[in-house]
Amino acid sequence: MSLTEASAPRLARGYRLRRDAARDRMVVLGPERVFEADETALAILALIDGERSVAEIIDALAAQYAAPRSEIAGDVLEMLADLAERGVIAP
Amino acid sequence: MTIPPPLGLLAELTHRCPLRCPYCSNPLELARLAAELDTATWLRIFREAAELGVLQLHLSGGEPALRRDLPELIRGAAAAGLYTNLITSAVTLDAARVTALAEAGLDHVQISFQDADPSSADRIGGYAGGHAKKLIAAAAIRVAGLPLTLNAVVHRQNLERLPEMIELALALGARRMEVAHVQYYGWALANRDALLPTRAQLDAATATVDAARARLKGQLTIDYVVPDYHAARPKACMGGWARSVMVIAPSGRALPCHAAESLPGFDFPNARIQSLQDIWTNSEAFNRYRGTAWMTGPCAGCPNAEIDFGGCRCQAFALTGNASNTDPACALSPHHALLADALETATQPHFTYREPGRAPGG
Repeated sequence: MSLTEASAPRLARGYRLRRDAARDRMVVLGPERVFEADETALAILALIDGERSVAEIIDALAAQYAAPRSEIAGDVLEMLADLAERGVIAP
Repeated sequence: MTIPPPLGLLAELTHRCPLRCPYCSNPLELARLAAELDTATWLRIFREAAELGVLQLHLSGGEPALRRDLPELIRGAAAAGLYTNLITSAVTLDAARVTALAEAGLDHVQISFQDADPSSADRIGGYAGGHAKKLIAAAAIRVAGLPLTLNAVVHRQNLERLPEMIELALALGARRMEVAHVQYYGWALANRDALLPTRAQLDAATATVDAARARLKGQLTIDYVVPDYHAARPKACMGGWARSVMVIAPSGRALPCHAAESLPGFDFPNARIQSLQDIWTNSEAFNRYRGTAWMTGPCAGCPNAEIDFGGCRCQAFALTGNASNTDPACALSPHHALLADALETATQPHFTYREPGRAPGG
């Protein structure tokens, strides 16, 4: 169940990332849940497809933001672990 | 001033239901089949809702699966971009129907369970064999790959088996569970003496939920709704009047809350003839208790006014006779003692089933 760099997470069944035009934002919709996706969350969620590994997601974001890999890795793993705990993603 | 649009639309497709739960949230006077909106009108309402800014559609009832056009309604809602959530007793759902709903684009299913013990569940729901049918439907939902929430409505007559209900949720593959103490309006208020839990039962239930949440992290999310009768502060009913949810009753009547028809002196607008945008923004009914300007007594100027919005208007009316009063669930309400009194006299074992034309005490 635990999430590692080898995991290839995807949005759990029942969760959808979509644009909320009326409020000009991106949201994750789930059962009785609406999460607003901020810029960081959105950057991570956009790369989650059930095939890309967490390691690959970290590499891509480190390149995109020209930031040290270790720093990005901490943020990504923390956010994904939180999302997994809340059932939003399946590790 | 612009009014923020609603996030959710609760569509009560019908008041018809095979079950007869004594705590049903439908009004005492139930709409008949002939009064129900047709398919085209519902589809138009769903499109209007999406345009207004609604993100999630809750298809409820009565039993929404009794609508033969349910797959068509789901398809239309999904095409409008709405997240679709089916709130069902599941007793009429077989594998073929579940497949049809999944193919129509249904996002999520919530099944209500009356108990973990089959004979008690069937007695509370007033429908022989219902529990077994729910188990079959839940298995079909799992096969179809649809995410499932188990909704356990709890009260004095089933609270002892809350641990078994949590086990049932796990066994059925639910990823989410709602442990919802009965809210005492309408049918439930009429049956209150038979359903109110004791303080000891409530404390045991809260401890059970806390322990299960810790043990099942990442496996099962548990939402817990506590009963007002043991509370010191009211809950923000519907997240505040006309703030985030619009309800459409089977006949098309638009309501800020599913129990609002119990309030006197309202002329609720109807979505048959008025747009959702117009209803949400301009109708007197939706504006009457919106925000905090209407408040008096302990609510006006209270630091919690924007947190609980004065609690529930229907409960204030049902218990104090004035819908503008502070919800007596609040310890600051001069009527708060009514709740403690009700707890003391709640010893009645028998309840009245919810049936058309059989309003308790009527």
